[in-house]
Amino acid sequence: MATSTAVTVSVTTRVSRGLWHDAFRRLMRNGPAIVGMVFIAIFVFGAILAPIIAPYPPNVPGQLGNAMHGPSLIHIMGTDTQGNDEFSRILYGARISLTVGVVAVFFGLIGGTTVGAIAGGAGGIVDGILMRVIDVLLAVPGILLAIGIVAWLGHGEIQIMLAVGISYSPMFARLLRGSLLALRESDYVIAARSMGASPVRILVRHMLPNALTPLIVQATLAAATAIIDVAGLGFLGLGPGDPRIAEWGEMLTDSSRFLQSAPYLIFFPGAAIVISAIGFNLLGDGLREALDPRLKR
Amino acid sequence: MARFIVRRLLVAIPVLLGLSVILFLFLRLLPGGGPAEAILGQHATPQLVAQITAAEGLDKPLYVQYVAYLGRLLHGDFGASFIDGREVAGTFLIRFPATVELTIGALIFAVGLGIPLGRLAARHPNGWIDGVVTAISLFGISIPVFVLGYTLAFIFGVELHWLPTLGQNDPRLGVDPVTHFAIIDAILAGHWYVIDALAHLILPSIALGTIPLAVFTRITRASVIEVSNEDYVRTARAKGLTDRRVNDRHIMRNAWLPVTTVIGLETGALLAGAVLTETVFSWNGVGSWVVSSIQNHDYIVVQSLILIFASIFLTVNLIVDMGYAFLNPRIRYG
Repeated sequence: MATSTAVTVSVTTRVSRGLWHDAFRRLMRNGPAIVGMVFIAIFVFGAILAPIIAPYPPNVPGQLGNAMHGPSLIHIMGTDTQGNDEFSRILYGARISLTVGVVAVFFGLIGGTTVGAIAGGAGGIVDGILMRVIDVLLAVPGILLAIGIVAWLGHGEIQIMLAVGISYSPMFARLLRGSLLALRESDYVIAARSMGASPVRILVRHMLPNALTPLIVQATLAAATAIIDVAGLGFLGLGPGDPRIAEWGEMLTDSSRFLQSAPYLIFFPGAAIVISAIGFNLLGDGLREALDPRLKR
Repeated sequence: MARFIVRRLLVAIPVLLGLSVILFLFLRLLPGGGPAEAILGQHATPQLVAQITAAEGLDKPLYVQYVAYLGRLLHGDFGASFIDGREVAGTFLIRFPATVELTIGALIFAVGLGIPLGRLAARHPNGWIDGVVTAISLFGISIPVFVLGYTLAFIFGVELHWLPTLGQNDPRLGVDPVTHFAIIDAILAGHWYVIDALAHLILPSIALGTIPLAVFTRITRASVIEVSNEDYVRTARAKGLTDRRVNDRHIMRNAWLPVTTVIGLETGALLAGAVLTETVFSWNGVGSWVVSSIQNHDYIVVQSLILIFASIFLTVNLIVDMGYAFLNPRIRYG
């Protein structure tokens, strides 16, 4: 034992930066991923600093006389149907849209990985039952599941986070379960089992850390679709439901009415959604390449 | 093959049963009082609540209600809308053709453009064409259907006046709805009205088809690159076959397999995407009906439509799996 440790140390001192450090270095050398991080950073800073940067408050009632002015030096992105400054609303909207999207993915990740870990860890009947439940959720395609859940839970930010989170959890559950099933027969897990480690310890200490990278990549990519789905719910009138809150999707509701008179009211919030989604997609692809060097082109 | 189909159908049944339980409870456990109050919404008066409760048997134990609900479903009775009193099944048959037309239009756009683009990108990996194609597909998966839909409507409808942006046909033509497929009805009506129906289909199809387009492009590119590195492709080239023959016979025949699977998966996404697309283009299909039912709190319709969407999705997946077994002789489902 002692000699083998000595040998490992002498070998590893040269490359002991570790998996995460290496992955970070690879990520930082990936041009598109950096562009993605810049896109995300712009909106994160915009959201945090909205009260400072925004030239106007996001919602002031009773300025209909100021409504639907095109972009100008006073209102760089024009004003909306209520006379509010569109640029300010997009900055404040970033708070809702990004938070709700990211938290929804987080909810889905927690729910999905819990189910996936129990199913993949326990196997047998438990696995069978949980996977049938997942099949039921997966049978409702795409955003329709989230739409149904919001229709049931009612309006509100928490409700949207839960709805989108639940609709994403089957994906994470399957992903983790698949990795765990593959890891179960790996040498180090068999070794840990033969040394008498408890099933829970094997799961938490040995299997989960090794099943983590696909989850991180998938969660980042899911953040892009979550932002799109949350905006979709808002667009359909299933958003936070509070007219005082600016939300990108809700800003696009009834767009057909101003398709002719004020197309900029579609363009700017639309661009905000697209740019932030591109940001998370680029970062997700970059993370995939950084965390799994074998995939590198 | 027959045994495979039967087995897959047997797997689909518990899934649909499970979903029917959830949807049944969805209506029974709605917030805001009992199911009768939830169904009636602001129209709820004690008399109406009592009437509905008696008519629907809402005072009976839950399992009795569920068995009755299941019995009605098996007879094709999906209940009736509380807004207009019409049978869900009847309205569905009128509206579904529009959604089918839109989905087929989007699939034709996505497959017809996505596969050639993917092949083009795979020919010179990391070249400039590949870069452009990758950028297009990144944009495609990052833009919401409704943003793209309105952008297209603005450019090609409002600014250029090239294409119509609302509905399935021009109501002034007065085409009789016979089959409720706008294109077939237009053909039946004659006078080249079919051109009008096809023109109405273009923008919604592009809006709905762009996400699948991005997905098909990516998967075709990856699949073709992978197959191109196989030994049998190198052998084919070494024995002097023409480029065309290697591409068609050796590469594409094998590269098709993952692409078909993804086409099946995306068909479900198309059905869900139709909800947003139909709202943008005032398309009288099932998708816009889901939205208006939710806005009207017409929960029986919502409940039934989710179940119907899931059944269609499972059926499409079954068909795709059968197609996969047909295309890939190495896989034989026993």
